[in-house]
Amino acid sequence: MAPERIVGIDLGTTNSLVAYMEGERPVVIPGEDGLNLVPSVVALDENGQIIVGNAARKHLIETPDRAVYSVKRLMGRGLEDVQDELKLFPFRLAEDLAPGEVLRIKLGDKTFTPPEISAFILRQLKRNADRYFAAPVTKAVITVPAYFNDAQRQATKDAGRIAGLEVLRLVNEPTAASLAYGLDQKQSETVAVYDLGGGTFDISILKLHEGIFEVVATNGDTHLGGDDIDNLLITIALDDIQGDMGFDVRRNAEIVQAIRKAVIEAKIALSSNEKTVLDVELPGGKSYQREITRAQFEKLIQPVIERTVGPVKQALKDAGLKPKDINEAVLVGGSTRIPRVRQLVEELFERTPHSDLNPDEVVALGAAVQANILSGGSEATKEMLLLDVTPLSLGIESLGGGVVKIIHRNSTIPASANEHFTTGVEGQTNVAIHVVQGERELAKDCRSLARFDLKGIPPMPAGLPRIEVKFLIDANGILHVSARELRSGKESEIEVQPSYGLTDEQVENMILESFDYAEEDFRQRQVMEARTEAETMLTALEKGRKNPAWQQLSSQERGNINKLETALRAVMKEDDYQAIRSAIDVLNQGTMHLAEMMMDSAVSSALKGKDMATADVGEGPASPHPIAQAEIK
Amino acid sequence: MPQTKDKNAKDSGILIVSQSKPAKANCWSCGAMRAAQFCQQCGKVQPPVPVDYFTFFGLPYKLNLETGKLEREFYDLSRHLHPDINAIKSEREQAWALEQSSHLNDAYRTLKDPITRTEYLLRLQGVQLEEQSKAATEEARRTGQIKKQVVPPGLLEEVFELNMQLEEMRMNKKMGEIDRSLERELEDAKKHLQDKYDGMMQELSATWNEWDAQVDRSEQGETVLDEDRLTVRDKMVEVLNRRNYLRNLLHDIDEVLES
Repeated sequence: MAPERIVGIDLGTTNSLVAYMEGERPVVIPGEDGLNLVPSVVALDENGQIIVGNAARKHLIETPDRAVYSVKRLMGRGLEDVQDELKLFPFRLAEDLAPGEVLRIKLGDKTFTPPEISAFILRQLKRNADRYFAAPVTKAVITVPAYFNDAQRQATKDAGRIAGLEVLRLVNEPTAASLAYGLDQKQSETVAVYDLGGGTFDISILKLHEGIFEVVATNGDTHLGGDDIDNLLITIALDDIQGDMGFDVRRNAEIVQAIRKAVIEAKIALSSNEKTVLDVELPGGKSYQREITRAQFEKLIQPVIERTVGPVKQALKDAGLKPKDINEAVLVGGSTRIPRVRQLVEELFERTPHSDLNPDEVVALGAAVQANILSGGSEATKEMLLLDVTPLSLGIESLGGGVVKIIHRNSTIPASANEHFTTGVEGQTNVAIHVVQGERELAKDCRSLARFDLKGIPPMPAGLPRIEVKFLIDANGILHVSARELRSGKESEIEVQPSYGLTDEQVENMILESFDYAEEDFRQRQVMEARTEAETMLTALEKGRKNPAWQQLSSQERGNINKLETALRAVMKEDDYQAIRSAIDVLNQGTMHLAEMMMDSAVSSALKGKDMATADVGEGPASPHPIAQAEIK
Repeated sequence: MPQTKDKNAKDSGILIVSQSKPAKANCWSCGAMRAAQFCQQCGKVQPPVPVDYFTFFGLPYKLNLETGKLEREFYDLSRHLHPDINAIKSEREQAWALEQSSHLNDAYRTLKDPITRTEYLLRLQGVQLEEQSKAATEEARRTGQIKKQVVPPGLLEEVFELNMQLEEMRMNKKMGEIDRSLERELEDAKKHLQDKYDGMMQELSATWNEWDAQVDRSEQGETVLDEDRLTVRDKMVEVLNRRNYLRNLLHDIDEVLES
């Protein structure tokens, strides 16, 4: 049995890609439109159809209330986390959200959680891969920002499951990029990967040694990227429009989206030109224009890109390295195309950074390399192994509200810690543990991961039970917890309340619901195919009517064919592919005699010395009976 | 699990000096005699056996350690035990790989750093270090109190003076006053303590040599008195406690100066 294909997926804030190791090189799998990038935009059209990617982009402008972008910013987050995002992004959240509940975003009159929306993007990538291989792909490696916390990782894994993909591994984006770069890298060196994408920033420092890619430190900011630069420019445009023209268009989602589009174009232009013009059409035939120079742009974005400096310095400190110890600095993410960003990286590491590989594609290519390693490896990858770290410390809340760290940040994963707990009250049978992630001293300043309730502790005097709890962070950076009471040797029952995130049951339901969309996809395709076939049939019938054989049919036969044709044309307008197919079949039967006579006359004219070309079988489907035509050939 | 505190450890004789060698077993898959974590013959991951970190790496309980060699061993074992290498194996093998590689990573992380290595060995020897012992942590968690700190006797006078200065500095900052000479005094004290702190590595490494020599002697069949071992052990505990105390103090000074 051939090993199952495992694809690598970069589920990005702005764009997503799927890649695969073709022989010894990773390649990006293009979509049906021939493009490598699938914009991470999802829309629900008026017919209730989910639309993803380039096709969904026009919905952002035309029907902004039915479309969503940058949903990655909401993955694994709660209502109270996203207040700042809501001011800048047109996310339309469901009104009835309770604190701590997984967010739901409105598309038209329906609501979807961020993992479900990400699943739509993943499903589109899966479709592209299915088409490419002409076989279904069910296993994938998906990349996440290195600085993603447990909840954000879990949400990404859930998205994969909902999309019908078994997620074999979550790989950190900068690490994945280093794998793509490291394919040809045989010598030992220390590499810094500076990854500034659409919505997230990561810095990872790796030691490369004989195929081992060992991350020594990582840091970042999961809410820092090109989006923040766009928002600065959008704010300026909105202020200008209000100031100069006197109308506030902030509430007009269509115009805001048009401005956003223009701003992104201007930003991109400024990477190669010294100046550009921001140009937006406004209602009432007016337009807004403003010239922006690169110098102005650089001054404007300085505070944003400066936010990457702290994490870089911290990562170097954690790695115990100085800038001069770094042999290579690698640029990843679309925002590293900005010259000022490159200059900053050069200043930070005192060397010209590398950007040989397309910064939009390198993460997906690296994910494909990792997928190849997981599937057993090939000649190119057989020596390669990735040793990644956990980006954030794991801790337990102490009684006073402090944090006792049990696994420190930058520990190689998988990593584990055993902690012992006891009871404080006579006969106490459960103990609650609050697990947090982060570097701060107080639990309230850290990210709450989950509350674990250890149950079924045998009643004993206070302080006597010894409960051993094992915390294990797996290779995906996701926490697993198990517990045992040591005196009785009994496995404790653990009830987990994730602070944010979907329960298993919710994910299962979403998988079931997703089948509806999958079925809808399937049905849509069937309808399209049946209609195409019907068109072919009707074209052939038109030709048949011009054939002398048509006149030789009895008027009753001709009447019958006309009736069947009308029936097919009527049913074609409906979405019932089975009805279309049966109408085609009946028409097929009804035109059998005509087809036979056409064939006979074609054959006899050939016998009379005419060649096939002049025998009026015509080109294409000459006979209304497709099978008959095939027999002539 | 030894419960004894280091104060009364002298009477309890909980020293662990001889390592338990994991029993040799046959590879579950090919039947060959196996190494501890994976089969040398067929490469398959073996079910995890609970062993301490030294034993996991096949190392004696010694504190001088060649980290380059440890790193090579770590990479080698990673190539067999990491979940990525075992991603398409049976569910059981994947679970073992996860367990084995997390143990490997924990062991490597603990042993590569000289301080955590020493603390770990002391813990194996039944010591619960005052500062970072699990008991102290547990106690703090239970009572909600800040971990108590015992001032090492040699530092008593200096620390008393310093704490007064720190308190004064905090008050100044609160009132928005600037006292340059006090700031300078604190900077000087910091430099002095930092030197002392750095010098402690030498003190500590001297105790390692003593400890390791005892291990060597006993391996060569000589008798090493428990009392002698305990003396070295307690010396290490004392240096570490002093070092930790200084570290916290330096941290406090930084906090006050930077605030």
